[in-house]
Amino acid sequence: MIAYISRRIGVLLVILFGSSFLLYNLESLSGDPTEDLRLSLDPKAKYELLQLIHQLDLNTPAPIRYFKWLKGLLGVFTGHINFGLTRDMHSVTSELSGAIPTTLRLVTGSALIALVLGLMLGIITALRQYSRFDYVVTFFSFLMFSLPIFWVAVLLKEFLAIRFNDFLGHSQIGIVWILLFSAITALFWAGVISRDSMRFVQILVGVFVVNFAFLELLNAVHWIQNPRLGPIVILLGSIGVAYGVTALSTGLENRSALRASLVMAGVTTVLYYPINWVFKKHSSGLIIFILALLTVATAVAVGLALAKIDRGPVVRTTVISSLIMGGLIFIDRLMQSWKEYLTQDGVYGRPIPTVGQSDPLLSSSDFWINTMDRFTHTILPTVALTLISFAGYVRFSRGTMLEVLNQDYIRTARAKGLNERTVIMRHAFRNTLIPISTIVVVDLAGIIGGAIITERVFGWHGMGTLFNQAIRSFDLNLLMGVFFVTATLSVLANLVADLLYTALDPRIRIGGGK
Amino acid sequence: MIFRRKKDTALETTGENAIANLEVAGLSQRQIVLKRFVHHRAAMISLFTLIFAITFVFSALDNTIFFIHYSGWWHYSFTDTPELLVCKNGAIGCPTISLNPFSGQFGLGDHPFGQDNIGHDYFALVMRGAQRSLLVTFIIGAIAGTIGTVVGAIAGFYRGVVDNILMRFVDFLITIPSIIIGSVVGYHFGNLGITFLAFYLGLFAWTGLSRLVRGEFLSLREREFVDAARVAGASNRRIIFKHILPNAVGVIIVSVTLLMSSAILLETALSYLGFGVIAPDVSLGLLISNYQDAFTTRPWLFWYPGLFIVTIALTINFIGDGLRDAFDPRQRRRITKKDRQEATRIKRERESLS
Repeated sequence: MIAYISRRIGVLLVILFGSSFLLYNLESLSGDPTEDLRLSLDPKAKYELLQLIHQLDLNTPAPIRYFKWLKGLLGVFTGHINFGLTRDMHSVTSELSGAIPTTLRLVTGSALIALVLGLMLGIITALRQYSRFDYVVTFFSFLMFSLPIFWVAVLLKEFLAIRFNDFLGHSQIGIVWILLFSAITALFWAGVISRDSMRFVQILVGVFVVNFAFLELLNAVHWIQNPRLGPIVILLGSIGVAYGVTALSTGLENRSALRASLVMAGVTTVLYYPINWVFKKHSSGLIIFILALLTVATAVAVGLALAKIDRGPVVRTTVISSLIMGGLIFIDRLMQSWKEYLTQDGVYGRPIPTVGQSDPLLSSSDFWINTMDRFTHTILPTVALTLISFAGYVRFSRGTMLEVLNQDYIRTARAKGLNERTVIMRHAFRNTLIPISTIVVVDLAGIIGGAIITERVFGWHGMGTLFNQAIRSFDLNLLMGVFFVTATLSVLANLVADLLYTALDPRIRIGGGK
Repeated sequence: MIFRRKKDTALETTGENAIANLEVAGLSQRQIVLKRFVHHRAAMISLFTLIFAITFVFSALDNTIFFIHYSGWWHYSFTDTPELLVCKNGAIGCPTISLNPFSGQFGLGDHPFGQDNIGHDYFALVMRGAQRSLLVTFIIGAIAGTIGTVVGAIAGFYRGVVDNILMRFVDFLITIPSIIIGSVVGYHFGNLGITFLAFYLGLFAWTGLSRLVRGEFLSLREREFVDAARVAGASNRRIIFKHILPNAVGVIIVSVTLLMSSAILLETALSYLGFGVIAPDVSLGLLISNYQDAFTTRPWLFWYPGLFIVTIALTINFIGDGLRDAFDPRQRRRITKKDRQEATRIKRERESLS
């Protein structure tokens, strides 16, 4: 195992060396960073030219200069990594360390949502192969697959930001919108779920009525100006979460798991006011982290207290459901700052911005206002990236799930008389996750350097922007810095994916075939 | 709802298999694939739409393909600058297309998609852009398909040192994200014209395909028919091209289609970043990126090129999906009422014969 990993890392270093050498020389051959200065008529240009040549060491031939650059990289062993200077004499290292967190913030949310949504839809469509739902999802995922991201971005800016902000300007949802929205939702669900015309009408009417009543209720309590969940909704939501998570995780017939989750739902509701009081006194990321840890600890304790013989599954169920319940309280607190956020400088009652990564005029030091600001700025890019990338996961997980469902062990599981939940969640779902986990790792590494267009459309300053700037101004060191980060991540991810595959699937042995 | 018990799954499966087996009895591999593909409704609709779109787009304007010059049916070229028309509501260059048969001006009009800032006919621009985008797609597909197949076939067939060298080379190319390669290539070679750009992009786009083909060859070369061919004295070249390649053609075709649909988006993205097609030539990506800010005032400048990109990419994706289903014998097709009737008919005929 160790021999295999060290051999792989050796090969990996050779590959990185080769591709960076190639790119360095290609790029330095293909353009001249001094061109604009040489052609300039400005009397100072000559001096600047000499300075640039000196700073970037341009008199040294590129292949030799590459090794000087490489020497700076090797500083990683002494703790002084040096990627060289950009054309503007900034250190590439500091540019990179500024850009990476931004890119991470941009892509993390969308990657998670796309993965969860994609997996869920993919698995449901595989279970309901050739149903109407399957056709609808397949069509939409192909459609999303075929959209250029900047096209989606422009549409989102228009409809999700500008028009939605206009809409928020009115205090009430218009009756036409309520009718239209309810009708469309009802038609969608009726069309998707129903199998015969009787059910179709039932679902149509049911969804319509529920939707209509819900939106009217929102209007009646002026929810849009002052959104919040409140203890009652949190209690109902937590009970729903308890039942839902238990049904998926252990099955409702596991009474102790259900009971433990319901206890946690009660605890969440009882602690609603105390937690809000804590938030009023101190709010920071640290407090939230501590509260999350406390939640997990309580959930483990409750789970262990109520479990009879199956501690593992009960504790798992309780922890998952109580974290979601904690999330509800967090969302509720965030919503409470909505009204105040709307009146901030730079927001002016139009909360969904079309560009930028944060509001430069925002002067509040309140944790929740700042969180809300970051959140609203992340909405549009996240939705755009999610729409583009979830389609791939839907297709892939559907295909894998179908293949798994045709395996002999699924038939064995059914023949043993296991119920359908166990067959799907324990036998099929887990085996579907094996190939998916490996492509997820590779995708996540690729996404760091791949958000070039999204960053440009939404005016963020991450890795993509750096790369763009590097290409345009022939900034060799900057380009190499960006390339080095993305390339290292991508080869490492491939290695991790291979190792993960062997860890998850005992049938595969690494290095055995060689 | 998801976990509904399927009591008769086993029974159903055998029933479906029986029907599927009856359906393909007595047909060659190629006929089976063709039959399955023709039955894939979405793929067939997409195929016809794509063929129609290609003919429509390429016949619209004067053009030269392989040194043959022909004139198109549209009365403007993409370089003409007719007078900029002002329409009723005061906007400039709005579309004259009218699909309402009762409005009195039903038809295309002089500028069906409107005009751009200088007065270029936007229909001609979109046609030209779609031509460029299609051209890029097919060139990348052809070049990357050929290189990927050959490299994958050689690596998978010869294994050992050859395989190691080729696959390390692939690893090496894969470290560089395609959009980075595209940008570097596009920025420095973009002025050589779009054909060169597509050619260079194709030179880098084959890596994923070659891995797939290699995997396919690795498993196929162990099969009995390859041993049989070798015993019969066939050369390596003959075994690769006559025996193994036809069996791997499904994987190749499917991934080339998917490659092409991502190629059109890559070209669009590069043009958007300014690394792709350069004015005065146009591509769909360039049109959209030029007019993204015009969305609120003159949305047609944004909608029409987008519509063409989506149509082309969507149809190619659906065709790829249909081909995948057709080539993969493990995929169960939906058994319709018609299929059941057909199966019973065949069964009865057989029984009456025996």
